[in-house]
Amino acid sequence: MAIREKVFNTIISCFKRHGAENIDTPVFELKETLTGKYGEDSKLIYDLKDQGGELLSLRYDLTVPFARYLAMNKVTNIKRYHIAKVYRRDNPAMTRGRYREFYQCDFDIAGQYDPMIPDAECLKIVHEILSELELGDFRIKVNDRRILDGMFAVCGVPDDKFRTICSTVDKLDKMSWEDVRSEMVKEKGLSEEAADQIGQYVSLQGGMDLAERLLQDAKMSQSKQACAGLTDMKQLFSYLQLFQVTDKASAEKVRTTETQVMVASAQKNLLEERLRLTAELWNAGIKAEVMYKKNPKLLSQLQHCEDSGIPLVAILGEQELKDGVVKLRTVHSREEVRFSYTASLSV
Amino acid sequence: MPAFLPSDRVAHHFSPVLSARCQPPCWGKISVHHHHLPPPHVTIWDPNTSTGYSWITLLLNWITPHLAWWTFFLLDCTAAVMPHSQMAIFGCCFLVAFPAAMNTLGMASLLLCAGLAGRRSRLCVRSLRTLSGMTLSQIDEEVAKLLKLKAQIGGDEGKHQFTLKTAKGTRDYNPKQMAIRERVFNTIIRCFKRHGAETIDTPVFELKETLTGKYGEDSKLIYDLKDQGGELLSLRYDLTVPFARYLAMNKITNIKRYHIAKVYRRDNPAMTRGRYREFYQCDFDIAGQYDPMIPDAECLKIVHEILSELELGDFCIKVNDRRILDGMFAVCGVPDDKFRTICSTVDKLDKMSWEVVKSEMVNEKGLSEEAADQIGQYVSMQGGMDLAERLLQDAKMSQSKQACAGLTDMKQLFSYLQLFQVTDKVVFDLSLARGLDYYTGVIYEAILTQTGPVPVAATQNGAGEKAEEGVSVGSVAGGGRYDGLVGMFDPKGRKVPCVGVSIGIERVFSIMEQKAEASAQKVRTTETQVMVASAQRNLLNERLRLTAELWNAGIKAEVMYKKNPKLLSQLQHCEDSGIPLVAILGEQELKDGVVKLRTVHSREEVDVSRAELAEEIKKRTSDV
Repeated sequence: MAIREKVFNTIISCFKRHGAENIDTPVFELKETLTGKYGEDSKLIYDLKDQGGELLSLRYDLTVPFARYLAMNKVTNIKRYHIAKVYRRDNPAMTRGRYREFYQCDFDIAGQYDPMIPDAECLKIVHEILSELELGDFRIKVNDRRILDGMFAVCGVPDDKFRTICSTVDKLDKMSWEDVRSEMVKEKGLSEEAADQIGQYVSLQGGMDLAERLLQDAKMSQSKQACAGLTDMKQLFSYLQLFQVTDKASAEKVRTTETQVMVASAQKNLLEERLRLTAELWNAGIKAEVMYKKNPKLLSQLQHCEDSGIPLVAILGEQELKDGVVKLRTVHSREEVRFSYTASLSV
Repeated sequence: MPAFLPSDRVAHHFSPVLSARCQPPCWGKISVHHHHLPPPHVTIWDPNTSTGYSWITLLLNWITPHLAWWTFFLLDCTAAVMPHSQMAIFGCCFLVAFPAAMNTLGMASLLLCAGLAGRRSRLCVRSLRTLSGMTLSQIDEEVAKLLKLKAQIGGDEGKHQFTLKTAKGTRDYNPKQMAIRERVFNTIIRCFKRHGAETIDTPVFELKETLTGKYGEDSKLIYDLKDQGGELLSLRYDLTVPFARYLAMNKITNIKRYHIAKVYRRDNPAMTRGRYREFYQCDFDIAGQYDPMIPDAECLKIVHEILSELELGDFCIKVNDRRILDGMFAVCGVPDDKFRTICSTVDKLDKMSWEVVKSEMVNEKGLSEEAADQIGQYVSMQGGMDLAERLLQDAKMSQSKQACAGLTDMKQLFSYLQLFQVTDKVVFDLSLARGLDYYTGVIYEAILTQTGPVPVAATQNGAGEKAEEGVSVGSVAGGGRYDGLVGMFDPKGRKVPCVGVSIGIERVFSIMEQKAEASAQKVRTTETQVMVASAQRNLLNERLRLTAELWNAGIKAEVMYKKNPKLLSQLQHCEDSGIPLVAILGEQELKDGVVKLRTVHSREEVDVSRAELAEEIKKRTSDV
């Protein structure tokens, strides 16, 4: 949970930096709201038992609820993030280890704007988040549905095969080109020439220069759709340049609490004093803990500090109480300093 | 976005607003029925869709206006009874057409409505051609296409209307509500952390058997999941049973944890109007064997801190102890088997007067009058440590070992509360009972003492705590010690003593939302510090460049998604969203390497160098 909290804080501060609002939706929706939105995956939706009321299902993602929210509240413009759990009845035999309840973290910009600016901001946000999370080097791949469809058209793919060829091309990140090509030709019934032409294109990668080149490409430029997509792609890259995203740990102990100081004593019968000091620390807004024992051993109290990562311990003793001081010890270095009772609060 | 989601279809499917715009401005009843159809490929405006009936109605309307009016008024009445008959068509057309029978607008609406009507029903007059020459079979073809499209979108069990709503008893949280919610959570979590609590999370559903048998009568309010061939599951009803399951499963003997999450109860709306079925609970619990009453005291200290920091107004925390209550019942002559039921009657003292409560005990629960009177003497008592002392000396009460144990611990509790400096708001109240299904020791409830209008939804709150909702209107938190629950889950029956409290967070939300509404201050839904704007044209690139610089410096900034926005719209957005500063770019400023930084509400402007801009913004917004 502590790790999760850190990750959420990083992500949410990035969303807020970009002026996003937050919404939340119920964990279940009317069954009819979710029906017909997920194609084949609909069988993975958790339904609630019919207990005599409305038929309900647990949400499968955060996008359909978002669309429902926009329509219901007649919202035309919003920049929102939504972090919440979603539910899918994945078949464990097929997808071992997959969770059926897991977090999704969505950011969406809804509304009519000048083209590609919000699209660029989304990419900027991904770039910021992945950088700040320090997961290592990363790359963001970009393409456009119109360019894909245009490419399929000029390569001779029949209209009705667009979607299915598209899902085969999608497998290029997992399979080699030969396997993908063979699936296109043998399983999906694509002609060999069409497959080869696609092959020439899908190996292309680049930046704004690639978009420019393709606009000049004899074949590609025949597709109006592809040209529209390529022009927008150039525009996108120009914005990405302005956003400076065209380029791409010390192992610390993860603490589960944020306690700053443990209030302890080495001697017996000092529970009241410990409680009193702890209350004063709490009242001063300091995160403090005290052991729930009348006469705990100093060693156990120190051990607890080590286990929990508490950095300081305030030790009380008869002499110190008479003198009106508190011994403040740094746990890892074992250094001790005496502070007057009142001064110790500010430390 | 999922690859298989045709987004334009989604928008249409969800938007009766969009489809409504395609419909004629009809005075009549017909327009409503078309919500189930997506905007058709053949538009409804098209006069081609008129039927032969439109000719007849026109003719009659010309010849005998009044006769027609009366005749068809009658027909329309019958239409109400036989909605799908041909009479209905006539009647509806005329009801609509009459007000403007003679003018072209009326004529047009007549045709349109006739067309709509023709769409809806199967007409027998196949030989007639329509105004445009489209045959009825062609119309049928179009209708078939639309029905096919509708079938594609998905079954709706024969219903013709798409319902755009959340499930009953649930609601979305809009950005304003989320902003309030975030503030409340931050205050509460800060307090939990100050006391060294960890947080855990559990799944939203549990195995049905985990929840069975823990909630008594309330079990019928549990949401079950459909049997889809796997384990039988139910949505969690509270956070305490999952906590006990977590402890037993992971063999944990000691933990101080908080858990803030939603729980689900199928409350019957007729009985508990306005209650939510999905709502937040905010629990804090200390599990483990410790020296008595210290963790119990810390729970009360936490309640005190949270309620103070939330600034909800004056509050009072009532404490009692299950053993004292049971002991009291025993010495008052209540038979053992009536303990729980008398207890739940006593619990109603916060809502009903003593007379009514006494009468329920005697008349409904069969208690003797003397026993009731003796109980009456005790439950009127309130006090602090002194009351505990007095009761220990009380001739009758001291006969009960159980009560004495409870009273001794109560004294100890108060001594710790004094050290924690919270005794000003805590009161030992013998009338506090609470549902008590699994409480074994101290119990407590916090109520707001200011009276104010209670929003309907706020009568329900998580302070129904450990599996129960019997809280009074002003209640905002509740809890107690429950030593036996974890043992119910542990296969060896190992006990882990627990004490905890649940904050009635929905109630707190309602109060905060009301306060926000009433106050002049706007609740901001974003934290943006500066808007990057320009008054001149063709400065989009410069705006984007500056915005990226600010983001990279960690400044919360926004820019308008327009190549050439008007300065006024940009300033208006700042006013609407509460953004305090705007950084204005212009040709001259760019040449000089400065930015005009304007304070939105005062309109004061000052030139700031580009290099110092981030620092300046941080300085100015640090106290915001």
